[in-house]
Amino acid sequence: MTKTLKLRFNRKHLCIPYAAFLILFVICPLLVVIYYAFTNGTGSFTFDNLVNFFTNTNTLGTLLYSIAIAVVTTVVCLVIAYPVAYILARSKFKRKYVLLMLFVLPMWINFTLRITALKEILSAIETNLSLYPFLNTVIGMTYDFLPFMILPLYTSLSKLDKSLTEAAEDLGANGFTVFMRVILPLSVPGIISGVTMVLLPSMTNYVVLDMLYNSTYIMGSLIGSYFAAYDWHGGSMISLILLIIIFIITLVSNRFNDDETSGRTIL
Amino acid sequence: MKKVRIIAVAAACACALPVIAAAGCNRADETVVLRVSNWEEYIDLGDWGEDELIELADGTEVFGENSVVDDFTEWFNSQDYGFDVRVEYSTFGTNEDLYNQLNLGDVYDLVCPSDYMIMKLLAQDKIQPFSAAFMDESDPENYYINGVSDYIDGADGSIFDQYGWNGIAACYMWGTTGFVFNPELVDDEAADVSACNILINPDYYKSVTVKDNVRDAYFAALSILYEDELNAINTDEGMTDAEKEEARSALLNSTDEETIERAEDILKDIKENVYSFETDSGKTDMVTGKVIANYQWSGDAVYILDQADEEDTELWYSVPEEGTNLWFDGWVMLKDGIAGDERKQTAAEAFVNFLSRPDIAVRNMYYIGYASSIAAEEVFNYFDWCYGAVTDEESEDYYEFENIYVYDVSYFFGEDSYIYIDMDNVDVTGARLTDDYADDDYVAGYPVYSGGTISRGRQVFGQYPTEDVIARSVVMLDFGDDLATINQMWINVRCLDIVDIDVTTVIVVAVIIVAIAAAIVLYRFRYAIFYNRRNNATG
Repeated sequence: MTKTLKLRFNRKHLCIPYAAFLILFVICPLLVVIYYAFTNGTGSFTFDNLVNFFTNTNTLGTLLYSIAIAVVTTVVCLVIAYPVAYILARSKFKRKYVLLMLFVLPMWINFTLRITALKEILSAIETNLSLYPFLNTVIGMTYDFLPFMILPLYTSLSKLDKSLTEAAEDLGANGFTVFMRVILPLSVPGIISGVTMVLLPSMTNYVVLDMLYNSTYIMGSLIGSYFAAYDWHGGSMISLILLIIIFIITLVSNRFNDDETSGRTIL
Repeated sequence: MKKVRIIAVAAACACALPVIAAAGCNRADETVVLRVSNWEEYIDLGDWGEDELIELADGTEVFGENSVVDDFTEWFNSQDYGFDVRVEYSTFGTNEDLYNQLNLGDVYDLVCPSDYMIMKLLAQDKIQPFSAAFMDESDPENYYINGVSDYIDGADGSIFDQYGWNGIAACYMWGTTGFVFNPELVDDEAADVSACNILINPDYYKSVTVKDNVRDAYFAALSILYEDELNAINTDEGMTDAEKEEARSALLNSTDEETIERAEDILKDIKENVYSFETDSGKTDMVTGKVIANYQWSGDAVYILDQADEEDTELWYSVPEEGTNLWFDGWVMLKDGIAGDERKQTAAEAFVNFLSRPDIAVRNMYYIGYASSIAAEEVFNYFDWCYGAVTDEESEDYYEFENIYVYDVSYFFGEDSYIYIDMDNVDVTGARLTDDYADDDYVAGYPVYSGGTISRGRQVFGQYPTEDVIARSVVMLDFGDDLATINQMWINVRCLDIVDIDVTTVIVVAVIIVAIAAAIVLYRFRYAIFYNRRNNATG
């Protein structure tokens, strides 16, 4: 009898809690979102919400504005994080974990607290925070998301086999060529995962904008405003559109990853 | 064997369930659960410091030891109602949040929405009217109906009577909207902060905040849009007060398409010009001096002024000349929650009555800064205790000042209700020196002024505005069917319109994108390009 019991507890069953969680809190709400996105106030099927989104210059502008913030934040994060991750991964410094820890440390503190602190620093520098809303937003987002860029880059760069760069140097490549032809292509998986982790959340993280006095909506606040105004249908449609955008980006980045593992180079 | 044991345990559990459930039912028979939802930070939570004891002129002492909700429960259960009550107290952040919660199926018995939300709930037949016993003035224990100011509710011609909320809602707090400002940073107080115009005044570029809330922003926009018309009404001597009120209300409650479109343009200008649309940061930003002025509700204004005083910053409160939004928050019982349960209704009405008890009203006022609807003597004494000028040199609150001003709040507290204040605390035009109060020893030796009009002042003016401010105020009604249009307008204001992006930005971004793309392409095909060139050169 005990034997049959044991057999029944397959290792697969360990994922039941996760599956239950997924169905309850991800799949079901998603279905609700889809339902609301394609219905109107009376509950009948309609494409109006979709048409409304793509015909309103204001919502399209918001999409553009969110993308602009996200892209600039990602680029800034990448430019700051890559050298740091590279130096950290390459250094022979024994206590580099301590250094890495220093970069990751801010992640342990709630980001609203960090932004509050940043707000005071920025006001001291700029005197009037509201004069440069876009710049402040990018600074805030960078401050918030930088660790998410450093960590994946560090992991992929520290896994990099040193003999590859040495071989390239032996074959006559200069520093720049080694970087462009060997190190950069091999760290693409790290870049991709870092970019995904920064780009996607920074499209919707409207709390940073609110706290840094940027009164222009981004996708996150736009969805929130629709729900606050009882317009569940419009809000759901925008959520759905955002989900599709995220899905496409993930799909594309996965393709890049596959390319990389199969040995092809991007550049 | 294990299976058997599991079944046994399950069976035992199943047997125990009804017993537990029955036990629960029995207890529910004795205790009524009252589900109350109120604004955040809108009730005294107790735990006052020892030095915070309020000692009123008539000897009444007011002190908040425990929270008002706990005090109510204790008081109610000590009374002979035949059942006990337990209060489930929750809070909401905006009227819209509350409305959403109600639509999502949250059930409350007693809620405290604002005027327009009461209208909306009333239109949807969700409100359970108060019982005749609650509205019975002959019972001295009915603190609400006996205590509420005749100006607000309970009397013919009171505001609640005009709007048909009498017996529907019990007013809790009320006030105006205006600007908190720092007089040291404002060039010309009389011209600048006395109108909503400051929101689009380029002299105050990026230094004024406004509430991040469509209704307040829309009201401010309409005040700017109709400024001239409103001022014309205010100074028109040919119109009666009632006609003026109607004309004002028509202007500031207009929701026709053209008005909404024009308001959208003004709001876009406001967005460009103001520091930010704020939800809660306005209070601290005023105190720390990040902004010069902040469009604010009067109760929060009093709170900000108090906070600033502690930091030795003197802030003032100003009500726009053209008109202000007179608002009320009132307790209403919900049909879904009460569901015909008489005991529940008794408990809900007792709760409102308890909040209206003068000492509790004073506690709430002290704690949250807003003005209670209760006009009892204790509340008036509290008002005097807070802001009255101290002429007794022995008192620890005494400081030297020159003139006394008679601050009249008779419209609210009833005839001959005035307090003596230091005239420096209000900016009054047209006041005259009077000897009507010469008999009063309290002000002997001081020049006493009265009359005139006030449009700026310190806490005293924020707490209870003067009658002339009330006279040019407007109650903002529910948007009704135009709500969706106005909400969409608000979203449009807050979004970046593609059409509004200036050409230089587009060109710069386009150039950057093209440059990056070109660089990538060049790098990718560099061998092909260079190879061809070399071939051409040698060939």
